[in-house]
Amino acid sequence: MNKIMIVIFWLLMGTSAFAVGVDEKRLSDPAEEARAQEIMKQLRCLVCQNQSIVDSDAGLAKDIRIIVRERILAGDTDQQVLTFMTERYGDWVLLKPPFDGATIILWLSPLLLLGVGFIIIIRNQRNRKMATSAPLSDEEQKRIAQLLNENGDN
Amino acid sequence: MIAELGHFALILACSLSVIQGVFPLYGSINGNGRMMGISLPAAYGQFLFVSFAFAALMYSFIVSDFSVANVATNSHTLKPMLYKVSATWGNHEGSILFWALILALFGAMVAFFGRNLPRKFHVTVLSVQAFVGLGFYLFLLLTSNPFERIFPFPNEGNGLNPLLQDPGLAFHPPLLYLGYVGLSVTFSFAVAALIEGRVDAAWARWVRPWTLLAWCFLTTGLTLGSWWAYYELGWGGWWFWDPVENAAFMPWLVATGLLHSAIVVEKRDTLKAWTILLAIIAFSFSLLGTFIVRSGVLTSVHAFATDPERGVFILLFLFLVIGGSLFLFALRADKLQPGGLFAPISRESMLIINNLLLSVSALVVMFGTLYPLLRDALTGEKITVGPPFFNMAFGSLMIPLIIVMALGPMANWKRADLMGILSRLKFMMVVSLVATLAFYYMAGGGAIMAAVWLGLGMWLLFSTLYEWSERIKLFKGGALKRILRQPRASMGMTFGHLGLAIAVLGMAATSYWDSEYQGIMGYGDKATIAGYEVTLNSTDGIIGPNYTAVRASFDVNKDGQKVTTLEPEARVYMTPPMPTTEAAILSTFLGDLFVVIGEANSENYDLWAVRLYFKPLQAWLWTGVAIMVLGGFISLSDRRFRTGTIKGKK
Repeated sequence: MNKIMIVIFWLLMGTSAFAVGVDEKRLSDPAEEARAQEIMKQLRCLVCQNQSIVDSDAGLAKDIRIIVRERILAGDTDQQVLTFMTERYGDWVLLKPPFDGATIILWLSPLLLLGVGFIIIIRNQRNRKMATSAPLSDEEQKRIAQLLNENGDN
Repeated sequence: MIAELGHFALILACSLSVIQGVFPLYGSINGNGRMMGISLPAAYGQFLFVSFAFAALMYSFIVSDFSVANVATNSHTLKPMLYKVSATWGNHEGSILFWALILALFGAMVAFFGRNLPRKFHVTVLSVQAFVGLGFYLFLLLTSNPFERIFPFPNEGNGLNPLLQDPGLAFHPPLLYLGYVGLSVTFSFAVAALIEGRVDAAWARWVRPWTLLAWCFLTTGLTLGSWWAYYELGWGGWWFWDPVENAAFMPWLVATGLLHSAIVVEKRDTLKAWTILLAIIAFSFSLLGTFIVRSGVLTSVHAFATDPERGVFILLFLFLVIGGSLFLFALRADKLQPGGLFAPISRESMLIINNLLLSVSALVVMFGTLYPLLRDALTGEKITVGPPFFNMAFGSLMIPLIIVMALGPMANWKRADLMGILSRLKFMMVVSLVATLAFYYMAGGGAIMAAVWLGLGMWLLFSTLYEWSERIKLFKGGALKRILRQPRASMGMTFGHLGLAIAVLGMAATSYWDSEYQGIMGYGDKATIAGYEVTLNSTDGIIGPNYTAVRASFDVNKDGQKVTTLEPEARVYMTPPMPTTEAAILSTFLGDLFVVIGEANSENYDLWAVRLYFKPLQAWLWTGVAIMVLGGFISLSDRRFRTGTIKGKK
């Protein structure tokens, strides 16, 4: 019974694959495997939303994991592997957008927005202080003097 | 028949919203009491009819009436009853109807509980609420009719996405929507205040509980979604900066800011224009979020183009609501007289910093989410803005926020003494530093940023506790009485900040010290992770109501003692055919052991792909958020929200 069910299960399963397939070989050198993992975390699964290929169950992600390991075995540096991927898939494949002329506004947006916010706040505060503590006009001075005099008379 | 009645009720609700929007507003401007009188009955009636429409749709799902197109596309007879019911709001049309339902519910609640508000103001609020509702009714009736029939109708439905067939996700959208729509009330109050040209402490007292309620629901909804992703998607991640998550996170950030700035309006009668603006922005983000998700524009630009009718409607509606309210703001903002002055170092200033950082982070999240879209539209280049960007940009904004968060509650209104506060916290700085180093050492070192986040969490934890102990004079007689007699709002603040501290510690630990094992296991094979020894015992075939699955049984031992048996499943749903992973999790105080079963080798089915994760302090994250929400509800029960709030304004 048990076995039949499992067979039914795998028939239904069709071509879908989980992230760790039995055929997916990890690199034998732990240091190299760790490097591969780090690189994979930076690569986008091409058919998912904002997932890295480490986290993805998609078949295509698995293929790319295999390619990354192959490149590492072939002696590529981390940067070379990333370049290898961007040459094929474009910057789109990188989860972290490159810092260049077009993305500079994106990367600097937190600082820019903070700066603008600060300027607005400081200007606002200054305006308000000026508004409330504006020096008295001549007329007001006179009236104060008058009031003081009246008091003095009584 | 039932579906037609539902459709009809929806049309009636739509008509009522026009009546509720137009006549009472006219009456309140011209002082016509009769016209203003329409407002309340119309609000109740609207709620009644939308409830009926929603019930009609739910009924169609429960009885699997496949002649209704929506049911045919999203349901299936074999689906368990819970998911038949939850499918009502688990699709585009149904979820918009659900939005309209909550909107009408809150409208009716404002109508009922707001009876002691000044009449003109009350009526204006309800009019604004009705106009927002009208937008949703028209969207439903013109572009997304949930009651549309198909002929010939199929004998069986297409089923619901299996990933959505989970209790966590059944209740995630309703909670999120309660939050989104709760912000509509705040929005209506803000717009009504602009129309009337006045904002005062009584206004803030009215707006605070609604914001707080919306915030509690938003927080719960977001966390439920995150928790679901954690146990359902099968690799132990809990936040992906996915556009859909971001769409829900942006209003949360602004609502959190609004919660704090409304305090300043209430206590100090200042920051009024800013608070109104935040209320408008918070709801604009909710609308944007709903429609971004619903129009599918972020998944791909093409989803938008394939259904231009909806897209154009959405754009128009967003333009009217956001543009209109901002225009009104520009016209009227200077009418809101600023109140009390304050020094650069004061509680007001710290709350402004809070607002600045939260608003900027919401904008950065928005920019990062929309950037690929903008770039694609402008240059045709495709680019990804993924977690590394958000973690860096958002994270760096949160560091100053948490630092200030510890100081804020200790600062006086108007003018505070920063050096004094720091010297009061001197001891706590040492304590948090020691705790951080001890923790860091026990975890076996790690990234510098890990220590930074740990330090921030500890700093917030200890300084919040210190502020509390100072406030209630913990070490003097009768402290217990003072603890219990604290105003609920201050209690809520303490819980909220403590909760965040605990959540930050959890996030830091689980992000930087998680460990992982991936490998192939045969029966009886052992794998070790974080001190646990995990043995694959057996696997078994399972037939569920609408899926088949393999259930594996793992023995978990620690120090030679059996701890528990974990049984993860790999399921394959029948309609639509799709595999899902059901992770098995052993959750402890120190961390979660997370087990996932994968493929077997196709010859003998005796070797299995297995993934194990250890997520240190994962439970702290969920617990921390739960404490935050608890704080929200405690604050909501504060006396001044229940009694004597509006009397002064009458």
